[in-house]
Amino acid sequence: MKIVEGLGLKILTLVFLASTSVTNIAFADAQRGLEIAQERKTRDEGWGDSMASMEMILMDSQGASSTRLMRLKNLEIDGDGDKGLTIFDQPRDVKGTAFLNHSHITDVDDQWLYLPVLKRVKRISSRNKSGPFMGSEFSYEDLSSFELEKYSFNYVKDEQLGDIATFVLEQVPTDKHSGYTKQVTWLDREHYRPLKVEFYDRRGALLKTLTFSDYQQYLNKYWRAHKMVMVNHLSGKSTELNTSELEFKTGLTDRDFHKNVLKRIR
Amino acid sequence: MRRSGSSTPILLASTFLVGLFTPASNAIELSGQINIEHRQFFEKGLQGQNKQQSSLVVQPEMYWQLDEGEASFTLTPFYRYDSLDNERTHGDIREALYLTYWEDYELRVGISKVFWGVTESAHLVDVVNQTDEVESVDGEDKLGQPMLHFSAIKQWGTVDALLLPYFRERTFAGDDGRLRPTIPVLAEASYQSSHGQNHIDYALRYSVMLDDWDVGVSYFQGTNRDPYFQVVDQGMRQVLTPYYAQSKQVGVDVQGIVGDWLWKFEGIYRDSLDHHIGLVGGFEYTWVGVFDSIWDVGVISEYLYDSRGNNAQNIGQNDLFVGSRFVFNDEAGTEVLLGITQDLDNSDIFNGKLEASSRLTNHLKWRFDAWLFENRTPNDRLYFARKDDFVELSLEYYF
Repeated sequence: MKIVEGLGLKILTLVFLASTSVTNIAFADAQRGLEIAQERKTRDEGWGDSMASMEMILMDSQGASSTRLMRLKNLEIDGDGDKGLTIFDQPRDVKGTAFLNHSHITDVDDQWLYLPVLKRVKRISSRNKSGPFMGSEFSYEDLSSFELEKYSFNYVKDEQLGDIATFVLEQVPTDKHSGYTKQVTWLDREHYRPLKVEFYDRRGALLKTLTFSDYQQYLNKYWRAHKMVMVNHLSGKSTELNTSELEFKTGLTDRDFHKNVLKRIR
Repeated sequence: MRRSGSSTPILLASTFLVGLFTPASNAIELSGQINIEHRQFFEKGLQGQNKQQSSLVVQPEMYWQLDEGEASFTLTPFYRYDSLDNERTHGDIREALYLTYWEDYELRVGISKVFWGVTESAHLVDVVNQTDEVESVDGEDKLGQPMLHFSAIKQWGTVDALLLPYFRERTFAGDDGRLRPTIPVLAEASYQSSHGQNHIDYALRYSVMLDDWDVGVSYFQGTNRDPYFQVVDQGMRQVLTPYYAQSKQVGVDVQGIVGDWLWKFEGIYRDSLDHHIGLVGGFEYTWVGVFDSIWDVGVISEYLYDSRGNNAQNIGQNDLFVGSRFVFNDEAGTEVLLGITQDLDNSDIFNGKLEASSRLTNHLKWRFDAWLFENRTPNDRLYFARKDDFVELSLEYYF
């Protein structure tokens, strides 16, 4: 009886101590988290525009796979979200289909789909970005550009990931239409590149894990992961995203990302 | 002297053509599709037509990139062999188009297709191309239209100007075909214009994006794509002949995004043999990830109006379309669309459709369509289709 009481008191004290220190740490760590995220963003500014080919391999829990091929064009926009154009080459029935995204930092994105069979440009609602992209484990949200305003940050700890020293950051999406309650990101301390992201669903359970590998540097500054693997822990499915033929400063301009240009793209 | 003078233009022209079509460093890019389709009708046609209709469809696309990507030429022939209907066995050049662009401008010369509009159940402002009506019930298949098409894509909006030098006649099911009027459309078309098919039509469109709203205004002047019909005697029997009148049309199309809602509207005023107002408007709402699944479910509802009432050239004179789209977001890209168009004047007139499709491999896809036509009103335009309920299974190979 006495022992139990004593233990109870100890636990109470511990909880009390823990909660006071947690609030302090949380305050300090939100500051630190934002600083790290700002550094990550700053280091990635000024890349201008890029073009790339991408292969997407969808794997189900039994190991059966299917492939998608697409080409990507991206344009960095000063003071707003980036513009992106995705053109599909495979599966062949969607060949020539294009997805245009003008992302915005605070406002919802503007999105269009070009359907080549009908020669129709369709503007689509973009508020809910939690849906799967082309049947993959990536949602539209996962593929959107990294913007500071999209999250509140929290520095959690330093951690050794394999032989790489990392910061562990907690990112809580500010958009209430996000499919996630939280993301935990591992950034390497040297280059501030994401190495791993855990996605927690609306119930707070770990839903997916994304790992980045095969990093290459461009223009002596910008690091890009050429392989991204998203594993869905709920369904057992996974998606591999392999980038090739990545080029920067290709001369793309705003004109190449106009919705009416979709009718002529290949 | 004279000789060389007369050969120079030809030489120039051929040099130009060689320049145009010689893949300097860019090889031809070939893609396309081949379909095997089978339609099974539930009953024999009202004129005793068969219940089975099989088809083979070939549509390759050849693409040449020119001038380092600043120009291109696309050639898309189309051919359908149909086992039942001679008129449905037909070919077309869907596209034979030279495209070039510079700065904010685009110029297209040749045969192509232009789509205008925003709504799903009817396409009122979409007036440039003729409908290839034997292809599908929904009328979304179009015949290639010869055109000179200039576009200016500016910050303040986009302007399209089209010169359409040749008119395409609508296709109609033949004697043995299904989904045809009691009296078939077999006689040669006649025209209001003395220039007939060579009347030069033109079309203009201005469209602009105003925040979450897209607005388009269009004008068309020339041969009415929708024919009127005249009954004529042909030998021992009567047939219908399409009569293509001249027309002027003003169109407006609007789409707005309000949260997860898409609001859509199209309206036209057309002055032809008769003059009328046509409207279609409604909404599309999509639930992303219903019931914690990865499925998306969309609901589409549109109201269709035509001021000519039952004499309208189109269906949808006072009708309500309600549809639902299920997107499974699986790797096979499975989608199902269910839709019903209900005539609001006659409760016994409605038609329903089911469209489902899914991928088997990256090159192979199946498609299943079903159409139901309910009609017990003898003076209605679509009374003839009341026995034409069918299901269709297609296997599509994409290369």
